[in-house]
Amino acid sequence: MKKEGKKKLFYGSAGNYSVTTISLTAHACTGQFVVDKFNMAKVSKKKVNKKNLKKSFELTDESATVNEHVVYDDDEEEQELNEADENITSEEEEYGCEDDRKRQKLLEAISALGGKRKKRLGERSEAAVQMSEFTVNAEGEGDKIDLSDLIGTMDKTPAISAKTKNRLRKLQKSKKTIECPLSKQETERIQRDVAFQKAATEVSRWDGIIKQNQRAEQLVFPVNQEPSGPKPMERVVTSWKAQTPLEQEIFALLSANKQPITDPILTPTETASLKAMSLEEAKIRRAELQKARALQSYYEAKARRERKIKSKKYHKVHNKDKRKVFLKQFDEMVKTDPAAALEELNKMELARMQERMSLKHQNSGKWAKSKAVMAKYDEGARKAMQQQLEVNKELTQKLITSLNNEEEEEGVDVEVMPDFVNDAEQGLDSSNPWMRGKLSEDHTEKEISDIVDLSAEGAGVAENTAEEEEDTEKVEETEEEALLREFDSRRKLRQAQEADVVPVIGVDGEEEEEEVVVENKSAAEELDASDKEAEELTEFTSLFRGIAEQAEAAADASPSDTKTQLDEGLMRIKTLEDVELLSQEESAPEIASVQPQPSPATENLPHATQQGGKNRKRKRGIELKEVLTKETKVIQVPLAPTVEDKEDSDENLDQRGLIKEAFAGDDVISDFLRDKRKQEDAGKPKVVDLTLPGWGEWGGMGLKVSRNKRRRFRIKTAPPPPRKDERLPSVIISERKNSSISLHQVNSLPFPFENHSQFESIICSPVGRTWNTERTVKRVTKPKVVTRLGAIIEPMAREELMRDKNHGSAGNAK
Amino acid sequence: NKGDKDGERSEEALQHKEQKPQKTRKRTREGDEIKLDPFPGPAPIPEDRVQKFKRKEKTKTPHHAHYKLRDMIVRSEEASEMAQKQAARFDILLPEDAGFLEGDEDEDTCTISQEDIALDVDITSGAKYFNLKLSQFGPYRVDYSKTGRHLLLGGRRGHVACIDWQSKQLMCEINVMESVNDVKWLHSEAMYAVAQKKWLHIYDSNGIELHCIRKFNDVLRMQFLPYHFLLATASATSFLQYLDVSVGKEVAAICTKTGRLDVMCQNPYNAIIHLGHPNGTVTLWSPNQKEALVKMLCHQGGVRSVTVDKTGTYMVTSGMDKKLKVYDIRAFKPLKSYFLPAGASCLSLSQRGLLSAATGDVVQVYRDVWNTPVSKPYMAHRVRGTVWGLHFCPFEDVLGVGHGEGFTSMLVPGAGEPNFDGLDANPYRSAKQRQEWEVKALLEKIQPELISLDPSELGQVDQATFEQRHQDRVQALGFDPLARQKFVPKFKKKGRSSAGGVERRKKQVAHEDQREIIRKTVEDKMKMDKERKEREEKKKAMLTSQRSALDRFKI
Repeated sequence: MKKEGKKKLFYGSAGNYSVTTISLTAHACTGQFVVDKFNMAKVSKKKVNKKNLKKSFELTDESATVNEHVVYDDDEEEQELNEADENITSEEEEYGCEDDRKRQKLLEAISALGGKRKKRLGERSEAAVQMSEFTVNAEGEGDKIDLSDLIGTMDKTPAISAKTKNRLRKLQKSKKTIECPLSKQETERIQRDVAFQKAATEVSRWDGIIKQNQRAEQLVFPVNQEPSGPKPMERVVTSWKAQTPLEQEIFALLSANKQPITDPILTPTETASLKAMSLEEAKIRRAELQKARALQSYYEAKARRERKIKSKKYHKVHNKDKRKVFLKQFDEMVKTDPAAALEELNKMELARMQERMSLKHQNSGKWAKSKAVMAKYDEGARKAMQQQLEVNKELTQKLITSLNNEEEEEGVDVEVMPDFVNDAEQGLDSSNPWMRGKLSEDHTEKEISDIVDLSAEGAGVAENTAEEEEDTEKVEETEEEALLREFDSRRKLRQAQEADVVPVIGVDGEEEEEEVVVENKSAAEELDASDKEAEELTEFTSLFRGIAEQAEAAADASPSDTKTQLDEGLMRIKTLEDVELLSQEESAPEIASVQPQPSPATENLPHATQQGGKNRKRKRGIELKEVLTKETKVIQVPLAPTVEDKEDSDENLDQRGLIKEAFAGDDVISDFLRDKRKQEDAGKPKVVDLTLPGWGEWGGMGLKVSRNKRRRFRIKTAPPPPRKDERLPSVIISERKNSSISLHQVNSLPFPFENHSQFESIICSPVGRTWNTERTVKRVTKPKVVTRLGAIIEPMAREELMRDKNHGSAGNAK
Repeated sequence: NKGDKDGERSEEALQHKEQKPQKTRKRTREGDEIKLDPFPGPAPIPEDRVQKFKRKEKTKTPHHAHYKLRDMIVRSEEASEMAQKQAARFDILLPEDAGFLEGDEDEDTCTISQEDIALDVDITSGAKYFNLKLSQFGPYRVDYSKTGRHLLLGGRRGHVACIDWQSKQLMCEINVMESVNDVKWLHSEAMYAVAQKKWLHIYDSNGIELHCIRKFNDVLRMQFLPYHFLLATASATSFLQYLDVSVGKEVAAICTKTGRLDVMCQNPYNAIIHLGHPNGTVTLWSPNQKEALVKMLCHQGGVRSVTVDKTGTYMVTSGMDKKLKVYDIRAFKPLKSYFLPAGASCLSLSQRGLLSAATGDVVQVYRDVWNTPVSKPYMAHRVRGTVWGLHFCPFEDVLGVGHGEGFTSMLVPGAGEPNFDGLDANPYRSAKQRQEWEVKALLEKIQPELISLDPSELGQVDQATFEQRHQDRVQALGFDPLARQKFVPKFKKKGRSSAGGVERRKKQVAHEDQREIIRKTVEDKMKMDKERKEREEKKKAMLTSQRSALDRFKI
């Protein structure tokens, strides 16, 4: 142990030749020590280690040997160590020291021979309790070293300046003890902390860039590439200089005259001169502007004044005046400039349309509503409202001028209406009341003419079967339309109760059709009375529709039997009884071409419901029926087929086939319904019955399992989700899962996505060239990292960081 | 009213006055500046055109989402918007317009004869109206190749001919010495399939028999799915079979159990096969399912013909009940129903949605049957014999009609798509280009497993499997990793974590959650209420507009 202590001391001294006992320098010493140690480690760490090991061995082995031996041993060691140290320290110093020490040792050895042991003890280091790691042992504890001891000689040396002397004296006077140095671990920790903080701040500067790169859509390496593309002339030519005297002269001239050297654009002076305006021009312009401004201000003032006038009468008069003037102008215009007048007319028409569209004067505004409240008591309010309505009427009324009249008359003269009128009516847009209301007049006329035509033709010879067919169809259609229109007119009549609102033609033109309506209504009421269920009513209506259609079809279907059947088709279906009659007539001889529907007398469909079946099912049957007998539009074909299809002709010959075809409908529907029900039932989960007869109660023939038990042991599973075809009566959609596609589907949500819709929406936009333009494809399929072939990608330099920062701040500033 | 306007004007003027000094200064400064671009930024695109190329709804960026997700959504939105805009911008590169036929005043277009049209149009187009008198070998089936250059005729009595119909060049002509039920071009004009009396045969364009496929017997109708390289056949034995023509393998054979299958068409949008049956139903099939995907009851009599439009939106059927019905095939709902006096035996839809229907020997063409109810045909033409096959020629205003006395090529203005996609089906391609295209098409072949009713299904997350897997995971882990964590109140010291306090805190959190839920539901309800009110108001407005304005005085 002794030796080790010495060794330590020696290390310390080897590193630092100053005295180590002074605490002042201790701190610095450790620092240096560390450094030196490192140096040593660099050079001969191995060696030393070996030596140390050896030494320890020797220590253990020869602890009992003679002192002298030990001393010798020590000497040897020291020598060796010193040799090791030689590499670092200057040799001369080393030698000097060594000589001294050797001498000392020699002296010691000699004195030891004399048997004076005590002295030696005083010089050797002790194994002390408190041992500092600064290799300062507690050897000289007893005798304190004073500062004065050390600096006592200072006064005598003249080389030292007075200043230092003063300082030292002060130091001597101060009694404050210096704090004890921190332990090695603590200092190291502090150092580590400081170093870490430094490093962290250094590294955290890169955080922004790292984040930016992580989030970047695309990274391009190497980092600072020069932008491709054409470079400005100046940059390319920088290296080039005018060399020949001629060049130099030219450039001198150019620069002297402010002429562009690199870019052939205008010189600053030229641009300035171009911009300049002549004085006169500027003056004229200024005057113009002044005038305009003055006029504007006058106008403003006038407008303000006029606006401030609160008199309604004034405004009324004003407006009227204006209108009068306008009318006068218009009249003149009609004479002089019909084109402009027409334009004006168009404008008026537009205003009318706008008025019709906006409900401005229809007493629907705030003011009108407030008036409406008052109207009951206040005569004035009523009058005001009336006035507004008048205005509305006036505005919405079509202007009839001499220009227009002629055209209209011409239009009336032509018997056949333009095609589009017909089309629009056939569109039968029930949601658009305007269309209906407007067209009603025209149509009655047309219808009448049609009927006339028809009668004429009926009297004449049937020349062309196809043509006639067309006519009959037309009649049918017009009848329906007339009915609808009639309803409309009646409603209007009821609601408005004003003589002028009701279209005159609508009233007196079609008396017989009114009859039809009345009769129809009465029939419906009767039926209502007899069975009041709403369902049946709907059924009835649907059936009625179907029958009417069928009748129509029957009338139209067979072009071969001409006259008699056509006559039947021409018969008007006025009432329900008629319908019945017709259907019966046609069903009586079974050869009738198409007659799938039984008469409405047998109202309840035999197939759909089994009479007393559940309400739900019956309803569905009805719906299905309705679907199948959706209002059909009859198409007129100009050319009738002369050649029958082969299949058709075959079946025409076969009576049975025809009948089958005729009655196929019912069968088809019931079959389909059965099929659908079967599918539905198959999809329903089955009740698992776990009841065991005889368990917990008596068993045997004819004994029922108790209800309680059944309830306990019959396990019902949850009902399946609603079928996709629940609302579609005429459709069966298979509920089976498509397993082949699920193999290719994504079945777990990838990382950043939170729900399916996000993922799906991102996936669903197409990427390929088939669906996108080239640029889009390139943009969408941009690679994440782009590198240039052959370019060295160097790590980012700190300058880059600084530059980025500058850029960033600049960007922010922007 | 006028006063108001004046007021506005004066106000404007006032503003002008205030701004005047500034403006003058600005003007002087502007004087020095260089001329500004009068039309800054990119050229505007019409809104309707942008709308035309809309692909998806905008996705909302969630507020508190992971930044990666947010970035992703934002980027995807940008990209799709750009794609949409670019597509709209490049729409002007499709310069061709569709043709049309317009009659004189009070002249129906359906009365204009083909001869008149052929005389009036240019010579090249006029030459597209022609008749082939082939009375010997009975009614003809017709098929045009995908590019529309080549025509394939198959006579009932065995006559098969393929023609480059524009140059009127006969490529091959054979008699198979058997009855022919149907003919179909395969992916290119080099091969075609003929459904003969017994088996299915494949010939090349020189008339050399390449294959006789004995697995496919008694085929009555065929359809070729060009992007899947599948030949779908419907047989008299009620089998629907799929043949992969790229590898020559039978992909699926489905017994439909519905009797003789002689009505067939394909939905070009999703490659689903539609079959019509004598019991008035139309069934939809994919090769992946042994039962019909959908079964619709369309007619009261048997179904005679079915066709589906190019976008896969509408299906048109005709039946024995002499009706012509239009269905929205996406929702399986009937849209329109027409009554044709003699019923239509054959139907065909053109690329631009013109419907041709054959009744006996008359071919009628209808325009826009699904939107506006039509009452008369757009065109009509009488051919010599009973019509047996109808097919619109792609990219041409031509309708090919195969009938008892041969073949008629009809001019139907506005039938064909005027702008073709050169990479998909180029009518003017050379042999080399065709070869290139073939290789590319084979590389891009869609596997038959991907045929489903909704083609976008592939892009959806498989919900069922997802749930199943999640359940398994929950079972394995013993807890639900996706579930919201239960609130466990923090333990507080100094006696502040009393039982009551803990409960109170728990309750607070629960209340917070509940409040959020309630807030959400209330918001939803408000929204719905608002919508309903709006609807009601609309209805009311409609009603009031019908009534007189003076009704309010009647009490």
